Amino acid sequence: MASVPFEYGLLLAGVLFALGMIGVIVRRNLLFILLCVEVMLNAAGLAFVVAGSRWGQPDGQVMFIFLLSMAAAEVAVGLALLLLHFGRKRTLDADQMKEGNAASAPGSAGREGA
Amino acid sequence: MPPQPRAALAGRELEMLTWTWCIPALPLAGFLVLAVFGGRFPRGATAAVGAGSVGLSFAAAAAASVLFILAPPAGGFSSYVLWQWINAGGFSPSLSFTIDALSVVMILVVTGVGFLIHLYSTRFMADEEGYSRFFAYMNLFVGSMLILVMASNLLLLYLGWEGVGLCSFLLIGFWYKDPENGRSARKAFIVTRIGDVSLAIGLFILATTLGTLDVKEIAQKATASWQVGSSLAVAVAALLLGGAVGKSAQLPLQTWLPDAMAGPSPVSALIHAATMVTAGVYLIARTNALFSLAPAVQMAVGIIGAAGVLVAGLSALTQRNIKRVLAYSTMSQLGYMFLALGIGAWSGAIFHLVTHAFFKSLLFLGAGVVILAVNHEHDIYAMGGIARKSPFTFWMFLIAAFTLASIPPTTAGFSSKDLILTLAWQSGGAGRVFCALGLAGVFITSVYIFRLVFIVFAGSPRAPASASAHGHAAGRDGTQAGAVMGIPLAILAVLCLAGGFLALPRDLGGSPYILRFLQTALPAGAIPEAPARTEWILQLISEAASLLGIPVAWLVYRRGRSSVPAPAAGVAHYLQNGWGFDWLYDRLFVRSFVWLARINTRDVVDRIFDGVGGLFMLLSRAFRWTQNGRVRWYAAGLAAGAVLIVAAVVLL
Amino acid sequence: MILVLFIVAPLVLGVAGWVLGRRQAGYSRWCALAGNLFNLCLAAFLWLGASGVLSLPFLAVPGAGSPWMAEVHWPWVPSLGISFSLGLDGLSLTLLGLTALLGIMAVLSSWTGITARVAFFHFNISLVLAGINGVFLATDLFLFVFFWELMLIPMYFLIDLWGHENRHKAAVKFFLFTQVGGLLMLVAIIALAVLHEMATGTWTFALQDLMGTVVSPVIGMLLMLGFFAAFAVKLPAFPLHTWLPDAHTEAPTAGSVILAGLLLKTGGYGLIRFAVPLFPAASRAFAPVAIALAAAGIVYGGIMAFSQKDMKRVVAYTSVSHLGFVLLGIYAFTPLALSGAVLQMVSHGISTGALFVLVGALQDRIHTRDLERMGGLWAQVPRMGAAALVLCMALVGLPGLVNFVSEFLVLVGTWTVSPVATVIAGFGLVIATVYALRLFQAAFHGTPREKWTLPDLSPRETGTLFLAIVLLVLLGLYPAFILGMVGHTVSGVLAQLAAGGAA
Repeated sequence: MASVPFEYGLLLAGVLFALGMIGVIVRRNLLFILLCVEVMLNAAGLAFVVAGSRWGQPDGQVMFIFLLSMAAAEVAVGLALLLLHFGRKRTLDADQMKEGNAASAPGSAGREGA
Repeated sequence: MPPQPRAALAGRELEMLTWTWCIPALPLAGFLVLAVFGGRFPRGATAAVGAGSVGLSFAAAAAASVLFILAPPAGGFSSYVLWQWINAGGFSPSLSFTIDALSVVMILVVTGVGFLIHLYSTRFMADEEGYSRFFAYMNLFVGSMLILVMASNLLLLYLGWEGVGLCSFLLIGFWYKDPENGRSARKAFIVTRIGDVSLAIGLFILATTLGTLDVKEIAQKATASWQVGSSLAVAVAALLLGGAVGKSAQLPLQTWLPDAMAGPSPVSALIHAATMVTAGVYLIARTNALFSLAPAVQMAVGIIGAAGVLVAGLSALTQRNIKRVLAYSTMSQLGYMFLALGIGAWSGAIFHLVTHAFFKSLLFLGAGVVILAVNHEHDIYAMGGIARKSPFTFWMFLIAAFTLASIPPTTAGFSSKDLILTLAWQSGGAGRVFCALGLAGVFITSVYIFRLVFIVFAGSPRAPASASAHGHAAGRDGTQAGAVMGIPLAILAVLCLAGGFLALPRDLGGSPYILRFLQTALPAGAIPEAPARTEWILQLISEAASLLGIPVAWLVYRRGRSSVPAPAAGVAHYLQNGWGFDWLYDRLFVRSFVWLARINTRDVVDRIFDGVGGLFMLLSRAFRWTQNGRVRWYAAGLAAGAVLIVAAVVLL
Repeated sequence: MILVLFIVAPLVLGVAGWVLGRRQAGYSRWCALAGNLFNLCLAAFLWLGASGVLSLPFLAVPGAGSPWMAEVHWPWVPSLGISFSLGLDGLSLTLLGLTALLGIMAVLSSWTGITARVAFFHFNISLVLAGINGVFLATDLFLFVFFWELMLIPMYFLIDLWGHENRHKAAVKFFLFTQVGGLLMLVAIIALAVLHEMATGTWTFALQDLMGTVVSPVIGMLLMLGFFAAFAVKLPAFPLHTWLPDAHTEAPTAGSVILAGLLLKTGGYGLIRFAVPLFPAASRAFAPVAIALAAAGIVYGGIMAFSQKDMKRVVAYTSVSHLGFVLLGIYAFTPLALSGAVLQMVSHGISTGALFVLVGALQDRIHTRDLERMGGLWAQVPRMGAAALVLCMALVGLPGLVNFVSEFLVLVGTWTVSPVATVIAGFGLVIATVYALRLFQAAFHGTPREKWTLPDLSPRETGTLFLAIVLLVLLGLYPAFILGMVGHTVSGVLAQLAAGGAA
């Protein structure tokens, strides 16, 4: 079977990672942000597998399993937080999460200095 | 003089003269006592302390003078050092006094005339509040003036110089409730201060180039090491002249004197006639060595003097305020003294200073009586017929007027002015021009003073304005000068009549006592003796000029002010306002300074630092955008940072 | 050992006053007063020893061996060469005496005026005076910076807590300006120590040791500018003066007295003691700039003083103008000018301190500082008017008062170096007349604009002002008192300059 060239695999991983990153930045729905984070993680995993196949080592696939379990844990925590947040705010819009804004805090108009 | 007392005193004159520091100390002590306790003294005690301290000082001055004349010390002077004033970096002026012929004459004038004026003021100021304040200031003034004339070195002279300037300010603004008086006082202090800075810079040069400020040492070292006409000598002499011009109200710093008449009449008599304004003349006479080394500057002294005679005299012709006439007259007579200094007649200038003190203070004191008689009215056109109301005052004033116009039988003004004119003619060249201008001045003087006499005294008396119109307490009827005011007037009148005998002109018996006396301290000058013919021709011309003034003044009085034709009225207005100097200085200096101050009230340099602060606020606001709490901004930031780091690692 | 007392006495009595003052406010006032009286007596005692009237074995005569009359050396951080070193010479002693005197005046002037947090107020005053004493005594550069910063904090509190309407802004401005300068100086000090270590291998921060450090001209100029920055802000030199009017105006009376009378002098002292001797070549090169700034400051301060309506702001700007004379005198590098500069520090301290006391007393009575609302007050408060007259004449530089002697000495000394600067400073004298007369007449002459009824000076206030005026007159007639004491310092600085500064 003709092996897929190594570079294409990495390229695919890179593109997936970039897409995921853009998705994290651009999307407003918290759920989709989490989804895109998953995409980034999986892209990293793909890179590991491709590298492992290139060098003929099992370490790539070991890392992928490690990564899968870590992603599962992170998704669990993330979804739990998301549910709590939705329970409070009844919205999943990331732009609504602005309580920590320095400009809106009461005592921070501050000394005008010299 | 019998030789016996002289020999007996000869060895002890030095120690006898070491108590001469009492002469300035007594009035200063009077000042301290009055300043601290004056408010609680009754009027009589204040008068006793105020006039008494000057009287005692006069007694001490007279005693010192007698001792000095009977047993003159070697070298013509004796100095007494009180203590070392400053000692730093090789510069060590001391607090020391010198008694020589010049200072003897000056202290007699200051304390003598000063005492008479103090006596007069005990009655004149009797209705005013601030009685003790007045005498405190007057005593401080006399003390400072005495320090000025007795100082051995120019730094101590400068102390007295500034002291009299301060007292002039305080006394001009004595009636402080009226802001106009305050303005006049301020103007006097500031204008003279400009002269003082000029004097100070002259002192800097002297101190750094000759290493001393002692007057005698300066004369020695300068004549030894500086060429005649060298730039150093010219610079120093010009700067000293700047100081003298300020204090003596000569061009171009003369604008303060007419306004200084805002003070009480005794103040005008003492400060602005007899003593303080003559300090400039004294200074130039004292430092005559420096002026001899700079002939160009000495010529400038003469030119300023001659110009002053005419400028001030013409201004005096048009004044309405009785004291302003006398102020311009003072300026004019000081011009004569400067003229004399300019041709090198040092002793002649001082002699005129002495006679001027007599007649000018008599004029001012007489004017004071007149002002009281008309309830503080100063406009001569509102007066009239005072001769009928107060005949004694009229005669005193008339004697003084004759003296000013140098008309015999009053010998004082006649002798001194004649001396100056003769010496001016004899010194040739520019001196002849000065003499001619001086003769013109004689005529003008006569006209303005007799105009004043006629308008104020002739005719029938009018009803005086009420006292309250001029903001003064309505006191006793001031129509008659009482004994306390009359005696000083009488004494001064006698001095006017007899003062000329101090140095009668040669063709009238010639007895230059005072001139010979002064020449032990001041150089005699290289002016050739006048042939008898020239002398009596000049006398004739000057007599004619002054006598001619009387009918001209009568005509002016008769026609009254309403009949002055239009163009002449414009000229008269210009002359009345002091030839526009005030206007010029106001536009040129005062307004620009005030404008400069006003636009910069909120310090422009501060704006720079406010700008720095503003910059930081801007940066802060910019950075605040990154802390907006938006999750996606933070995520974007993380991503951007990560990209940058990876790129850096990969590329670099 | 005795030198430490100067610093410790106000510190201890300040703390004692704070603690006792919580029970009853009066105790803190007396403690503060006692601290200053003690320092004054100590200074007088040492003065008598130094001038030979008393023979004190522990006081050396300053000479070729060491310029100090008395010294203290305790190791602090030996590995870096930092020690607790104090040194006393004529200049320090004079300024210590001035500190104690002005401390007394400051405490007396706030006797009845301060009613809130009195104990903390007097603690701050004692602390700032201890810091100032430390500045005048420290000979280890690190210790100097320590005391320099120590002066700052209590002063900030004094302005911010007990000041007038705009106190917050003024306090912060004061703090920022001085801090930036101090920071630059600290950087310069550390750099100097490092360079010294690189050259000789020993770490030291002691003044005497660092004086001979050889540095390249560029580095020397940069380091000197670092020091100059701190002292120029404090002095204050012309373009860096803008903190002063706000700070002086908004501070309470005691704060203004200490600020104008003492804090400003630390700038002059620093220049004489540190900036010039440590960097003679750079100082010589920089001198024309400094002289130009000084002359500009004299005139600029004068014009600004004339333009203000607030009484305290007028006096504040006169400080800018008068301290221009100090800067001029220091950088003229002649014995006359330097003696004049030192004397001007003393004379300005006394006269401006007294003037702030007077102005504070007036403000306490009529609750305004606006000159346009005053006028004709002489009739009601003749004693205050008389004192104001004398003090305004001190501003003018009337002979007979010590201010004349100091200004004259500075100008005579500067004439040979820069006639232009001297003439410009001479204009400053005329401008001084203008603003001083305006200040005096606007307040005391003329007709009253509003109906004021005010009591005249109380005996306490009269005593304070009388003391200052008597000193001004006595020193004016016999300035040798001060000039003799500082003569050795002056010649020492000029010798250091000649030795180190190549032409």
